[in-house]
Amino acid sequence: MEKKKIPIGSIILLTIGGVMMVFPFLWMFSTSLKSGVDIYNISLIPKKATFDAYKYVLENTKFLSWFKNSLLIAGITTISVLFFDTLVGYTFAKLEFKGKKFLFFLILSTLMVPTEMLIIPWYMMVNKFNWINTYWSLLFPGLTSAFGIFLMKQFFEGIPNDLLEAARIDGLSEFGIFWRAAVPLVKPAISALAIFTFLGNWNAFLWPVIAVDSPEIYTLPVGLALFSGEAYNQWNLVMAGATIATIPVLIVFFIFQKKIIEGIHLTGLKG
Amino acid sequence: MNKRFLSILLTGVMTASMALTGCGSSSKDTSGSKSKTEDKVVTIEYWQYFYEPKIKLMDKLIEDFQKQNPNIKVVQKHFPYDSYQQKVSAAISSGTGPDIVNLYYGWVPKFVKAKALQPLPEKDFPVDTMEKEFAPMIKVNKIDGKYYTVPTAVRTMALFWNKDIFKANGLDPEKPPTNLDELVQMAKKCTLRKDGKLEIEGLTFQPTGQLHSWFRPILLTQFGQQPLSDDNKKVLWNASENGYKAFEFLVDLVRKEKVGENNFFTDDSTAFINGKAALHIDGSYRLSGIDKQAPNLNYGVAPLPAHNGKQVSFGSFWTNGITKTAKGEKLDASVKFLNFLTSPEVMKEWTKETGEIAARMSLVNDPEMSKDPKLAVFIKQLPVAESYFYVDEGADRKALIDAIDHVLLNNEDPRKALDEAVNTVQKILDEYWKE
Amino acid sequence: MKLTIKGRQAMWAYIFIAVPILFFILIRIAPTLFAFNISLHEWDILSQDKPFVFFDNFKTLFKDNIFKKAMGNTVKYVFIGVPLQLIISLCIALLINRLTKGAGIFRTIYFLPYVTSTVAVAWVWRWMFMKQGGVINQIITAFGGTAQPFLDSTGQAIYVVIANIIWQSIGFNTIIFIAGLKQIPRTYYEASSIDGASPWIQFWKITIPLLNSTVVYLVVMATIQTLQVFTQVFNITGGGQGNPGGPVNSTLSLVLYIYQAGFMNNKMGLASAATIILFSIIIIITIIQLKFLTKKVEY
Repeated sequence: MEKKKIPIGSIILLTIGGVMMVFPFLWMFSTSLKSGVDIYNISLIPKKATFDAYKYVLENTKFLSWFKNSLLIAGITTISVLFFDTLVGYTFAKLEFKGKKFLFFLILSTLMVPTEMLIIPWYMMVNKFNWINTYWSLLFPGLTSAFGIFLMKQFFEGIPNDLLEAARIDGLSEFGIFWRAAVPLVKPAISALAIFTFLGNWNAFLWPVIAVDSPEIYTLPVGLALFSGEAYNQWNLVMAGATIATIPVLIVFFIFQKKIIEGIHLTGLKG
Repeated sequence: MNKRFLSILLTGVMTASMALTGCGSSSKDTSGSKSKTEDKVVTIEYWQYFYEPKIKLMDKLIEDFQKQNPNIKVVQKHFPYDSYQQKVSAAISSGTGPDIVNLYYGWVPKFVKAKALQPLPEKDFPVDTMEKEFAPMIKVNKIDGKYYTVPTAVRTMALFWNKDIFKANGLDPEKPPTNLDELVQMAKKCTLRKDGKLEIEGLTFQPTGQLHSWFRPILLTQFGQQPLSDDNKKVLWNASENGYKAFEFLVDLVRKEKVGENNFFTDDSTAFINGKAALHIDGSYRLSGIDKQAPNLNYGVAPLPAHNGKQVSFGSFWTNGITKTAKGEKLDASVKFLNFLTSPEVMKEWTKETGEIAARMSLVNDPEMSKDPKLAVFIKQLPVAESYFYVDEGADRKALIDAIDHVLLNNEDPRKALDEAVNTVQKILDEYWKE
Repeated sequence: MKLTIKGRQAMWAYIFIAVPILFFILIRIAPTLFAFNISLHEWDILSQDKPFVFFDNFKTLFKDNIFKKAMGNTVKYVFIGVPLQLIISLCIALLINRLTKGAGIFRTIYFLPYVTSTVAVAWVWRWMFMKQGGVINQIITAFGGTAQPFLDSTGQAIYVVIANIIWQSIGFNTIIFIAGLKQIPRTYYEASSIDGASPWIQFWKITIPLLNSTVVYLVVMATIQTLQVFTQVFNITGGGQGNPGGPVNSTLSLVLYIYQAGFMNNKMGLASAATIILFSIIIIITIIQLKFLTKKVEY
């Protein structure tokens, strides 16, 4: 067992890079503490730091509703995606069936049309079914995604087949093999998928703004857009809202990122 | 055992989603339902973009209107400003949408061509009366001799100037420039550069802001070139030397006189609000922005500088139209509501609460309106404020922005740049008038 | 009905994918076909008329210089943005992986940009790159250079946007890379160390091949997403009231072109035609990538 040296070089490099990562966010945060003319002042330190923007956002707008809505929509979508995408990714990675290549490509192709073009047909559909202004209209586009299916397929492909064969010999059902034998081996990928699905949903703007009519149902990005208007943009409010909006995602990230790292190491199974 | 887990999970997701379907508040009120009287209640929908003073005022106005008209119910819906146009387009494209829609005047020709609006009933909104009683700028929305929309309030353009910067540069803080020559001179005096870096600009220069509206129609008219043909079918910006001169004057502000820069301090109004610009040309709606963000700014407002004896201003406005989906009782109710919205009393309240200028000429000299001296300057510009006919406001503006960028960023010959812009816009006009 | 083992497997496979496939058909494929159909029509989004115009929309696109500019820009976004973001992210992932303590902090720090609202970041970015007095120019002049016009230049604007795209994407790529790196059994490194392999050789003979699945995923995803870049371009070069697409369209991307055509100029037919062209490009590139990059790894 060699003693691990502290990789100073790596730490220095990472810190320099880290400053570049964090700087814009610091500026965002600093702007949220500024007021009046100071907002446009190019300095990281506000002339007079105040939490007024936060107070305003939390008390005078429907921010808490928007927050709750975003949480709900992102949460449900993530659960749905985690389940379906993992299952389908596994299926494409480890099971054999006719039409596999074609079907996979079909699924992948859904990523190749920008959402911007689907908005109009979606809107028509939503109108027909009377889903306008309901949570369902915000939920349906994201319940499963090719993005996740592709990711899980790649990670499942990295699992040696012997483990699965062993489980099959043990008499587990196909679903059982998936659930008991395969899934635990790709926990890092599942955690990553959870984070990204949650996040993608959290920040979605274009469809929610079209699909929803009343401010009670707005998600956060739509609500924050209210701070930009024809006469002026209230940047300190936008930044305050954006800062608060970052917190849940960071929490989700923090919880799941450990899981990514606690991936099971396949030691000594194959030479 | 695992199948059970699977089915539980699935059921959970489905149930949660369905429960939420019911939780969404659907604002699609069915007309005729909750009436307490024997008469049927007609419900109409009104859309505008989100701007808090307007929304709050509209809520109150709706209350007043409903008291006067107990068998009409008006539902107001509002949307974020930046996505308002997309939202309206999406709704209309799918055949849904409001009965009365508030539109930017520049969008009206598009909407009319697509038959999304119906003409205002002649008996309620006679053309002659409208032209006599309302500000001249509404004529830009007259299409085929008919009016499809009518505004509650309008905005005009004027010259903002920073009194402190004037004083600091030896200029009389109470004497703003009255013509273009004075404008350029005073702007030059106030321009401050340190080590080659622009610290304070004399005159803001933002094509994506209001500069393009200053060019056409105002500068062009002042230099003696009518921007469009009378029938709005031909672009005439470069039809004479005067047109080229006007454009050269514009780009020379940056090239030769160096009194301002595009995107300085991110944009023109931001620069002015933060005391980084001495002079700024903008619309009346900017007043509320300055009030909110820089209440201590020491500034004044003056009529736009004249040139060649011509003093004109630019008018823009948001206007109300009846969509084609409003039929029968809804149409009658919508007409009643429109009448209400454009009545002098409502207009007075509107000005008070939103700072927009009442669209009726009768109110121009109303002392109540002129209580705010800064707004009063804008109001006095009403008789000389013209609007500019847009088929596609975004594309028209972009053609001009590109032309200016070509000259200032790529050193292109201004004459060539203007010609290109005219070609681009002419194509747009041609396509519009094709049918 | 007797099913072979293989047949049973296949049956379960179909059951597993049934719901998602149905979902995709309804939510993605059918609307896409609708949009494709529109490309053969002229449709002003505000009107109910949709006259059939055959290939006119495509002809218009091929003659449109702005469309060609959008294509050129998009190619730049992909060819510069994708390799850079992946290389940088891999380096960061490798560095973070070497840490025993503090890895979590760095992971969070590098993930922060990905998490932050694009609109807020776009505004900050614009301020950072301001010609007069922006932070970046302040740093440049402090080191003796001359201030750059950045977003005010037809040449530099697109690179400012690319920088932002790379900056925001690092979080995503890094996390996926870390997950992929963690799945490589330590025994391989240990065994090869005993055999005398240097870290450099280990990197090329162990790490890269075993990361193949991850790399393929990231390359394909990054390419597909960058080909469709929209939000950053829209927000950094102007948002709703600026000049989205940059000075003289120097940052205009294909999807922004589509958005403008469809939602601002109301020309849905033209927008749909452009979408088909974009879609075709994406499919071709993805097929090529999948074919040439995927390597089956023997355990």
